Parts: sequence; C-alpha cells; structure tokens
Amino acid sequence: MRRHPLLRIILVGLWFGLLSLPLMMDQQAPFLGLRGPLLVAALVVLVGLLRWSASTWGSPASRRVSQLIGVGSQVARDTVERVDRRLLYALAIVAASLIPLGLNRYVIDVLTQVGIYVTLALGLNIVVGLAGLLDLGYVAFYAVGAYTYGLLSTRVGLSFWEVLPLGALFAALFGVLLGIPVLRLKGDYLAIVTLGFGEMIRITLNNWDSLTRGPNGIIGIARPRILGFVFSSPIHYYYLILVIVIVTIFIVERLNRSRIGRAWTAMRDDELAAEVMGVNLMHAKLLAFALGATWAGVAGVFFAAKMTFISPESFTFFESVIILCMVVLGGMGSVPGVILGASLLVILPEFMRQFALYRMLIFGGAMVVMMVLRPQGILGSAGPVIASRVQDPHRRPMAASAPETR
Amino acid sequence: MLVQQLINGLTLGSVYALIALGYTMVYGIIELINFAHGEIYMLGAYIGMITFGFLTAFYLTSPSPAAALLLMMVAAMLYCGACGVTMERVAYRPLRSAPRLSPLISALGVSIFLQNFVMLAQGPRDKGFPHLLAGWGIDLFGGRISAIQIFILAGTVVMMVALELLVHRTKIGKAMRATAQDREMAALVGVDVNSVISVTFLIGSALAAVAGVMVGMYYGLINFFIGYMAGIKAFTAAVLGGIGSMPGAMLGGLLLGLIESFGAGYISSEYKDVFAFAILVLVLIFRPTGLLGEDTSKRA
Repeated sequence: MRRHPLLRIILVGLWFGLLSLPLMMDQQAPFLGLRGPLLVAALVVLVGLLRWSASTWGSPASRRVSQLIGVGSQVARDTVERVDRRLLYALAIVAASLIPLGLNRYVIDVLTQVGIYVTLALGLNIVVGLAGLLDLGYVAFYAVGAYTYGLLSTRVGLSFWEVLPLGALFAALFGVLLGIPVLRLKGDYLAIVTLGFGEMIRITLNNWDSLTRGPNGIIGIARPRILGFVFSSPIHYYYLILVIVIVTIFIVERLNRSRIGRAWTAMRDDELAAEVMGVNLMHAKLLAFALGATWAGVAGVFFAAKMTFISPESFTFFESVIILCMVVLGGMGSVPGVILGASLLVILPEFMRQFALYRMLIFGGAMVVMMVLRPQGILGSAGPVIASRVQDPHRRPMAASAPETR
Repeated sequence: MLVQQLINGLTLGSVYALIALGYTMVYGIIELINFAHGEIYMLGAYIGMITFGFLTAFYLTSPSPAAALLLMMVAAMLYCGACGVTMERVAYRPLRSAPRLSPLISALGVSIFLQNFVMLAQGPRDKGFPHLLAGWGIDLFGGRISAIQIFILAGTVVMMVALELLVHRTKIGKAMRATAQDREMAALVGVDVNSVISVTFLIGSALAAVAGVMVGMYYGLINFFIGYMAGIKAFTAAVLGGIGSMPGAMLGGLLLGLIESFGAGYISSEYKDVFAFAILVLVLIFRPTGLLGEDTSKRA
C-alpha cells in the first residue's frame, strides 16, 4: 500500500488531529473546540513536510547534515580519546572556574544544578553504562545522602564535612543492601525491583513522621562552613560542587580503566563469558551498586546543604528517569558523553522557561525524537554489543522515515 | 472485615490484571517495558468521562445508564487502541533494532508527553467521573459488594475470557503466540510481524482503557497523573506473575490487589505501596522469573 508522500503526510496530520480531538475540544463550544486539533494536525503536517522536502529535494544537503553530525561526534570522541586527557581536563577546570565570574546568581544557580546532576549521572553511569545493570531507582541513594545530612545536621549537629563521607558511606551501604537481593536478577526484573526500591524509600520518608517529618520535610539544615567562613552565596556553592565534580570525574575515570572497570564492561557485554574469564560477578555487581550509590550520596549531602530544606518531593521516580536520560542521551559509558547529557538536560529546560507550560510536553517529545534519530546517544559509539544488532548506524534515521515495504 | 478486604482486593486486583496484561503482551513480543502503558489507561478514563459528557449533552443517558456505560467503554477502547498503535509506530518501531535502553527512554518520553498533553488539554485539577451504578450493592457474608465492584469483576472476567479465546482460538492469536516465541522464525513462516505487533498494542491498550473507565467509576475522580502509580503497580503485577506470561499477569494482578488491600486493612494504609514492592522483591529473590514465568534470560 503506497500512497503519494504528500497525501500520506496529510493523512498522518489528520490522524493526529483526530486523536487530539476528544481531549482538546470544548464541549461548551463545539466549533471553537476544533481549533486545537487543527493546530495539532497543522503542526504534524509541517513536520512531515519538512522531513519530506529534506529527503527529496534537499537530499544531498540533509545527508550531509546527518553525516556531519556523525563525523562531528566521531571527531569529538577521537579528540577526547587521543588528546592527553590531563590537558583537556586542565583546560576544562580552568574554564569552569572562570565561567561564573561576572555572571548573575540565576546562571550560577543553574550551573550548580548542572554540577549536582553531573555527579549523579556519573554515578549512575557506573551502574548502567559500565556494569550494564538497569537501575530505575537511583534517586533513592540521592535521598539517602540528603536525609543523612538533613537528620544528622538538625538532630545531632554534625557538620557538613563530617557528614559528607558519612552520607557517601550510607548511600553505598544502601547500594549493597539493594544489590544483595537482586544479584540473581537480570535485565527488566532488575529494573522493576530497583524502581520498587526507590519508591519504597520515598514512601518511607513520606510517612515516617517522627523521624523525617513526612511531607513537610526537614528545614533549617546547616550551611557548610570552613574555619569560620560560611558558604552562603550561590557562587560559594558553585565552587564547592565544582570541586566535588572534579573529584568525581577523576575517580570515575580511574575506575573506568581499572581492573574492576574492565570487569564491569566485560560483565555488561556478556555475563557468562565474563564469569568464565574469571570475573567474580557477585563482587563486580555489588561494587557497581555501592560505588554508583556513593556519588548519589555525595550529591545528596550537597543538595541538602545548598537548599537547607529537603522533602520527599525532590526524590521522585521522575528524578531517576531524568538522571537515566542524561546517561543515555550523552552516550552510555562515556564520561564526556554523560557530562554533556547532564548539562544539556539541565540547561535546555531553563532556556524553555518562556514556554513554561509546554516545557515538559516538549521535553517528552524531544526524548522520543532524540532516541529515534540517534539511539546510541550524542557521543555514544556503536560498541561491541550494539554493533552486532545495528548493521549501519548512519542509515537508521533514513530507514525509519522510509515508508515501510511489506 | 475479612470478606470486605477480600472483595476490595479482588476489585483492585482485577484492574491491575487488566493493565498488567498489556504490559506482559507487549513485553512478550518485543521485550519492551512500555512505560507509557499507564498513560493509555489514564487516557481511557478521560475518554470515558468525555464520552459521558457528550451523551448527557445530547440527552442520551437518561434512558439507560448501562448503555451509556457500554458506549463509554467502547469509545475508550477504540480511542486507546488507536493511541497504542500510533505510539508503537511513532516511538517504538523505528527503534526495534536499537540498543536496549533506547526504546525504554523513548517510552518514558511518550509517557511524559501524554501526561503533559492531557494536563494542558484537560487541566491539572481532579475531574469528577460520572456516578453510574453508584448507590446499591449486595451484602455478602458480612461484607458489602457494590454494583460497581460487581461490574468491575464481571467485566474483567469477560475481558479475560475474550482474550483467552482470541489468543488460543483465532489465527491472529496463533500469529501472536508464534511471534512471542521467536520473531524471526515467525516472519520466516509468513507471519506479518509488524501487524502482529500493532494488534498486540491495540489489544493491550484496549484492555487498559477498560481498566481506566472502571477505576474512574470506582474512585469517582480522575486526573492526568493517575497513570503513573497504576502503571508501576500493574508492571509490578506483570513481573510478579512472570513477565511475558498472560496467566501470570492475571494472577499477579489479583495477588497484588489482595496484598495491598489486606496490607492496608490490617497493617497500615500509608505503607500499602511498600508492601506491594516488598512482596515483589521477596518473590523475585526466590523465583527470579516471577511466579509463572519461564526463564527468558537464557533465550538468545
């Protein structure tokens, strides 16, 4: 069944208009209610036309664009891999420490936010990207870190610096606690148990009123201080998180290329083969959970210290999803990719503030489009597992848009 | 008390089972956790409500609430079926040979998109669902089973029998089973895998739509966010029963409903969601493939 492409685009547009019709129409004004669906149809047709014109007239141009993206990411990967990393990171550190000078508080706050998410995403990357264990409840460890500081600061009076390692340790313990029962689980079973674990932590925090004050949260958490200097303005926090991020990147990079890092990658690519080659799967998995959780704990302690207020609302499943998206969007397993993904997902929504209401709608749509166009992530390479499943990664977007031949 | 909890648990469990079937069918065929499935259920509830609004606008409900109910369900099933098929075409089909996590992220994207679309189009506040069949009920061994509960239980049984017949007695059902067993082999022997997958999404979504209308009636209030928890619970149910197995999804759904109902009634209602997950973890520790599941991990 092959129709003319133009007709097809119009039909698809009408179809989406029809789908949106019942939800968008206003029963008080049946005819005015048609505006919304027509708008949807027009939007879909517009997108279809753009894609169609790009694939017929602008064919060489569009191919060049997609080639350019491919080459660009290849070059970026190669640069990152070939150039001495120390130089690269030194440049990045200098840039990152100079950037906030002269910027306003709002921008610095956003950058601090980027730092928190980079730490989180790098931690999750250990579990998902390196060890290949799909964790949908990662935010639980973030919550553990935040509540560790929140409680120890308000109830016991411990300082930020005392709690920072404690929070990391607690989170790691929880990581092992989650890791032990799920050692035998694979793939999607693991995903749902981690999801359940995350929900259990959040629900417990929400209901254990005597300890956590439930949905009201914990207020008045102490700010960090050093020798009488109190961290109070956004820029102080920016530099604090910058240090945390640098330490995280340093350790994660070392882990990446260490014995255990290679064991994780081997396990991710083929569990059985890895075991045969002498990888202790139990150790490797537990270490992945513990070391991944550690960074969430650190980020959590920082988050609590920065906000001076925490409540279970900050630790929902959605948060886990966002962090996972950062890891996948940038390119799983690649440290620069994960940093890029985290930065994009924090900064882009800020730019979309003017669309306020439509922000999340666009965000959801963008996630789908991104995956359809570049399933391996921006900086991701077609690794060994992926390579065997996708024949030619550069042809995929074209193949997806071509009318199916049955 | 006991009987009442049993009735409530079975009612809740039926709904979970209906949604879980969609998860398990899709998973059985393309090994994708369709995270947007909960949203389809939410859409079903909204379409039910909107259809009722239309019927009242044209003075069609007064003669027979039963007919109105039937129309609401049919409309919701058709609409959600269409949405499910469209969703698969747009967001999952292009990713069929992509790395494993990509379709999952895509599904999460669809879920966020649909939630926000409904929030923008229908408003963020709770909407009242029409009170049909409300009021009367039957007293039974010290418990009370309301008309809505009877309707939910009966409706679920009908749906499941229909599904069972469809899967085991029809040609498309056979094609579905073949595709679930081995997609490439099925394609080789002439099964049109693409349309089988579409049909799977259609059926799964239609079942979720029915669940949506039922829950709307049961609780009387709906909002754009109901798909989230229901989706997670139903997926838990599917995994509990053994994902990919349809009897497993039914059993898992009913069990989960009962666990929640008894947990809420006898231990603590605040922690009822925790019980559900805790039971899931326990089951998976001792039976990593769920109650009725086969070991899919070694299937290449």
